[in-house]
Amino acid sequence: MRRLLFLAIWMIPAGLFAQVNISGKLTDNKNKPLQGASIALVGTYDGATTDSAGNYSFSTSEKGNQQLQATMSGYGTYTKNVSIEGADIRLDISIKELITELNAVVFTAGAFEASDKKKGTALTSLDIVTTASANGDVTGALKTLPGTQQVGESEGLFVRGGTATESKIFMDGNLVNNFFYSSLPGIATRGRFNPFLFKGTVFSAGGYSALYGQALSSALILESTDLPEKTEASLGLSVIGVNGGIQKLAKNKRSSWGLTYGYTNLAPAFAVIRQKQDFFKSPEYHELDANFRIKTKRGGFIKYYGYGSWNKTAFRASDIDSATLQNAFHLQNLNTYQNINWRENFGRRWKMFAGLSFSTNKDDIENELQDADDKKVPVSNPADGYAYKNFQLANRAQYAQLRIVMEKRFKGLNAVRFGAEHFYSNEKSTYTLYDGSQYTAAVKDNITAAFAETDFYITKDIAAKLGVRGEHSELMDKFNVAPRASIAYKFKDNGQLSFAYGIFYQNPERKYLAGSDINLGFAKASHYIVQYQKTADQRTFRSEIFYKKYDALYKTSPNSNGVEVASSNNGNGSAQGLELFWRDKKTLKFMDYWVSYSYLDTKRDYLNFPGKMRPNFAAAHTASLVIKNFVVPIKTGFNATYTFASGRPYYQLKYDNVQQKYLVEDKGNTINYNSVGFSLNYLPNLGKKDSKTFIVWVLSVTNVLGQKQVYGYNYASITDRKEAITPPSRRFVYIGCFLSFGVDRTQDAINNNL
Amino acid sequence: MKKFILGFILLAGVLSVNAQSERYMAAMKKNLAAVDSSATAQSMLSLSDNFERIGNAEKSQWLPFYYAALMQVRYGFMQGDMSGADPIADRAEKLLNKADSIQPKNSEISCVKAMIATLRMIVNPMQRYMEQGTLIEQNLDAAKEQDATNPRPYYLKGENLKNTPAQFGGGCDAAKTVLNTAKEKFASFRPASEIAPNWGASRVDMLLNECK
Repeated sequence: MRRLLFLAIWMIPAGLFAQVNISGKLTDNKNKPLQGASIALVGTYDGATTDSAGNYSFSTSEKGNQQLQATMSGYGTYTKNVSIEGADIRLDISIKELITELNAVVFTAGAFEASDKKKGTALTSLDIVTTASANGDVTGALKTLPGTQQVGESEGLFVRGGTATESKIFMDGNLVNNFFYSSLPGIATRGRFNPFLFKGTVFSAGGYSALYGQALSSALILESTDLPEKTEASLGLSVIGVNGGIQKLAKNKRSSWGLTYGYTNLAPAFAVIRQKQDFFKSPEYHELDANFRIKTKRGGFIKYYGYGSWNKTAFRASDIDSATLQNAFHLQNLNTYQNINWRENFGRRWKMFAGLSFSTNKDDIENELQDADDKKVPVSNPADGYAYKNFQLANRAQYAQLRIVMEKRFKGLNAVRFGAEHFYSNEKSTYTLYDGSQYTAAVKDNITAAFAETDFYITKDIAAKLGVRGEHSELMDKFNVAPRASIAYKFKDNGQLSFAYGIFYQNPERKYLAGSDINLGFAKASHYIVQYQKTADQRTFRSEIFYKKYDALYKTSPNSNGVEVASSNNGNGSAQGLELFWRDKKTLKFMDYWVSYSYLDTKRDYLNFPGKMRPNFAAAHTASLVIKNFVVPIKTGFNATYTFASGRPYYQLKYDNVQQKYLVEDKGNTINYNSVGFSLNYLPNLGKKDSKTFIVWVLSVTNVLGQKQVYGYNYASITDRKEAITPPSRRFVYIGCFLSFGVDRTQDAINNNL
Repeated sequence: MKKFILGFILLAGVLSVNAQSERYMAAMKKNLAAVDSSATAQSMLSLSDNFERIGNAEKSQWLPFYYAALMQVRYGFMQGDMSGADPIADRAEKLLNKADSIQPKNSEISCVKAMIATLRMIVNPMQRYMEQGTLIEQNLDAAKEQDATNPRPYYLKGENLKNTPAQFGGGCDAAKTVLNTAKEKFASFRPASEIAPNWGASRVDMLLNECK
């Protein structure tokens, strides 16, 4: 026993004094020293952190077999068994960099992406509402990015030589059919949805993913927000309307619901700002939306968004054929949109996205030929072209979509996504002529699509995304298969070179299908894109060149009733161009600006064009400058935009009965387009302590300098007059005030600026 | 003899537990002393690693992970490139979650949660202030509620205010009130042990001094 005790006493100091030094150098697989990695003897206090040369050194009194571990975020963990005997240990270690979202190359060709997580460059909801020319409209802000046209006579995104119908808008994966308010002749309408509904936007000017289809040119992919930060009520007051809403967040912060109602009436604004048209019923809108969002146990989400809008407007505009006559146009619209979607994590890196949407649209349009005293002109002689100016048009449409996408992620960022979707559309329009005769055209379609896509990272610096999409249209009874591919390569300085290629198909527009019994196929576009992009430290430079080839575009010709209908797929065209973008949030404090320039060379033969020509929506040169500056001492943000577009062509096309085709009777180019926009946001309660109300005042002015803007020309059909298409008013001024009640966010707004 | 052996084994057991805990206390004290004398980002990182190793070895102690997270946050603020702070915040959060699962609803841990949110916000203020700003407030409020005597939530709030321009409701005037409350609370604050959190008092004096 005594011996045992002696042994125990003897061993303690031995253990204390026999220290062993362990040292070495840590490098990555390219032999670059790694600083700040943690080296540890697992389960003991002993270890070190590597210095700037990658060296580490520490002493330990541990004995025997131990595990030495090296860890560093973004790198693989290194573990090695070491036997500590008494001699110092020297161990050089090499660990491999992992492919993570932070260091890997990103697929950017063709796309502008914005979300907080991704290091994207495009527009967040805050960017959209602070872009002076956008007037709080999502697509208005996108028009300051390269690739888009400054088309002001009709709504939608005209991208790289494509028409507005070639750009589709998706919300949480599902197509939004009537994203814009119903068209008015010669006036661009706004998007229906509030920019703050969305937390992420991807605007693809071409080469977009196989997960989306039915858009020859462009896809705008919007992702709705998750849970609100807190319960909040809001109220908006402006010269043109009121709106109020509530967002209620559950106590456990796992679910929320919200409700908003808005009423807009442009009468007071039109009383002050004279419009070219005589709005005898000023535009009036009732809008209601509702949502709920539930966070699931596995970190997924179930989200519902429902929207309903009823609006009407009526105006008189002088008739193009006659100086004394005028057209009274009347529109009533009822639109609903509902979208429920579920995204879920199933474990083992499996994810699911499922969405179901349903929407309806109802337009009642009436046009009446009136004399100078606003009395109806009864014309009943069809030989006289004026007769056709008295008509009614009733459009009824229902759409539904079901979509499921599965995603499986592998090591690194490698992933496979696949899924299927089904679109149902049922569109019917009834045309009532001056004599009461009615023509009804109904078009029903079921489009079924399946798609698959893979993200394949060869190293963190080079990656490929390969996809394929197949679609079947019941209406045309035809299949298509569309391959998509993009490759991205990252340079050492974080610059990126990307390529994108893809084939895109689209069905004809319903309005050209009425009464057409021609055997049609899909219109087709092929995109080739090369991009260089570099983002560093709040600055982005991006340049892109593209070539786009159109095949099988729809040609139209008049049917027996004189209505233009699709007659063949014999159209074609091409577009090529260069685009530049620069955004800088860094150089000047509280100032953010971007510049974009697009050059577009495009020609197409489609619809009733007599041959290949530059379409009337395509300007060769387009440029934008957007500046935002927040002046802290006066709590005010000043935003300005300048937009330029070179003149666009316009044509008078007349049907020649002898040659049985349209001919160009007259043509020209519009003057260049220039517009300066200005807006101001004043936040009086910013920084007021204990303020429970957050207030934002907004003032915005379009075309501040009152420059003359001509979007194109309309030609009379009976006489030989032509008339410039100009905005309803030279300038528009908006004043509004938005209040939100809840816990004051101001404090938070601040830290952010530091 | 048997009894003696049994007694000896028991005694050895007790001794080793004590030795273990003495070793733990010694290591913690040594590293806490180093915290006070360190001023570089790199030293914050290596202290964070030191605390993390102690935490991993001890498993049932929340303080090592708490300090490891705190040092990681300090490293995040000091390393210079705010755009690269996200992975640092992620790592700090991972460490803090370990402390949180050992010692839930702790006022000190809530303070560090608020600091992590501040770090995340500074990466991209314009886009993140709504989400992270709310988290900062919520965690500081929770910290006050979990321990009314803890001066650190007041100190952190005061420091945030002081760093905020007066036009945004910050500045010295706004900060002073909160910092004075923090000062009073520091005066009567007694840490639970030699190694329990007990930092910030000198910083409050410094801030108040700057606001004179």
